[in-house]
Amino acid sequence: MADTSTAGQTNATNPVAGPAPGRRSGRKLANTAMRLASPLAIILVWQLASMTGLLSPRILAGPSDIIATAGRLVASGELINGLIVSFLRVLAGFSIALILGILLALVSGLSRLGETIIDPPIQMLKAMPFLGLLPLFILWFGIGEAPKIGLVAFGTVFPIYLTLHGGIRGIDKKLIEAGQTLELGTFGIIRHIVIPGALPSLLVGVRYGLSVAWLSLVVGEQINASSGIGYIITYARDFLQTDVIVVCLLVYAIMGLLTDGLVRMIEAYALRWRPEVIA
Amino acid sequence: MSTLVDIRKLHRSFGGPAVLDGIDLTMAPGEFVALLGRSGSGKSTLLRVLAGLDTAPAQKLELPSRRSVVFQEPRLLPWKSVIDNVALGVRRADARSLATQALADVGLSHRVDAWPLTLSGGEAQRSALARALVREPELLLLDEPFAALDALTRLRMHDLVFELWRKHHPAVLLVTHDVWEAVALADRILVLDQGRFIKEIRVDIDHPRRRDDPRTSRIEAELLRELGVEPLHA
Ligand SMILES: Nc1ncnc2c1ncn2[C@@H]1O[C@H](COP(=O)(O)OP(=O)(O)OP(=O)(O)O)[C@@H](O)[C@H]1O
Ligand SMILES: [Mg+2]
Repeated sequence: MADTSTAGQTNATNPVAGPAPGRRSGRKLANTAMRLASPLAIILVWQLASMTGLLSPRILAGPSDIIATAGRLVASGELINGLIVSFLRVLAGFSIALILGILLALVSGLSRLGETIIDPPIQMLKAMPFLGLLPLFILWFGIGEAPKIGLVAFGTVFPIYLTLHGGIRGIDKKLIEAGQTLELGTFGIIRHIVIPGALPSLLVGVRYGLSVAWLSLVVGEQINASSGIGYIITYARDFLQTDVIVVCLLVYAIMGLLTDGLVRMIEAYALRWRPEVIA
Repeated sequence: MSTLVDIRKLHRSFGGPAVLDGIDLTMAPGEFVALLGRSGSGKSTLLRVLAGLDTAPAQKLELPSRRSVVFQEPRLLPWKSVIDNVALGVRRADARSLATQALADVGLSHRVDAWPLTLSGGEAQRSALARALVREPELLLLDEPFAALDALTRLRMHDLVFELWRKHHPAVLLVTHDVWEAVALADRILVLDQGRFIKEIRVDIDHPRRRDDPRTSRIEAELLRELGVEPLHA
């Protein structure tokens, strides 16, 4: 029975779907080309302005200089070393935030008492512009790794807590009841129903948290860094090397995109049961 | 005759008038009881007490420890494959092979590894039935399990439930709106109204029961009248 219906479906959709993909991909290509045209034109104008001396390299280096500088920084190992240091800071701060955020959200999502105790202060702290806390962090933690990692962790913990807490609260009560009739016990219900059910929300929080983490790092590293991408930027600023600064900004952007892509991959695997992922 | 379920003077109210107003219910092992009643008459409330999802004061509340429930919605965990759903509540080393067998019993061997959200309504409900039966319940509680299915699928499900009941022989309490469903399957039919059973009918007709059998028609007509519907061809 299932076979016939699938066959029927393919037959029915084929004549319609047949010519469409080709036309659609052709249009998509044209669309992409059109969307690329304007950025390319800007880069071209930028390059011309640099070459003719209209745009001083002290204001902004030209695209070709930036590419050359990127090559030089990669070859010397400077960029890679800085990148590793910066990445480790994000990793440390983000891990702290992830563990803390999950713990807090579990306690406040699973018990009324926990929510009464945990949720109000977090909602209040959330309202604070956390990047403005940097001076305090420096006073508290000095100028080593701690204030940078602390700033990353502090900024990141909120999106993780908030999304997971919302996810736990939003779990279908009917599934919890099903778990009760299966005699899973509290621990089993948390493990088999609450956590997997809140996972989609948590992953949204993780993606948002990662972008906050990189943003916090950029700010945190501008001050008193003696290593990492931020240090390279500070150093370049003192010597008016705008090309180096741009390269470093690009690296931040690329790292942000890469970590986001990683979470998306995890998402696609962990949420493969969702129909929109299946389809 | 031994009793599996013995309930005396069960009360339940939600602030307003009592939804269950001193209900008595006894069921023998392996007995198939259908529960009818208007919408809001308290059928689900009673079933939830039997399932242990709700507590209510009673003079006596004797229930078997092994109970399973199938609700109107399948309530499968969407992030677990069908077989993992079925094996979930089974704390035995051979849980997976038991689950495989249970899925074969409901005719779902080909969907064992499927994600629940890709199942059709009937397949999902059959999975839920497998999940309930794999626990080898002494009491199987069914709360309008076929109400959301199309008429044809529902008739097939009647046959399936009957077959499974014959095979495993749990006591069954089936809540339904479908009078024919009750007459076709049950040994005994109860009608709940205003917190009490207002009607009890024993159905002593051999299976398979035919709808054009005058005996089933008579019971159907009687039940419809009890539910406040005058049958057209009574
Ligand atoms: N948790 C609850 N809180 C308040 N009132 C409730 C609750 N559960 C049930 N009720 C009320 O109890 C009455 C019986 O509800 P119940 O769900 O048992 O009816 P039912 O016979 O199963 O109806 P249906 O056939 O529509 O499923 C209804 O009036 C309902 O509003
Ligand atoms: Mg109901």
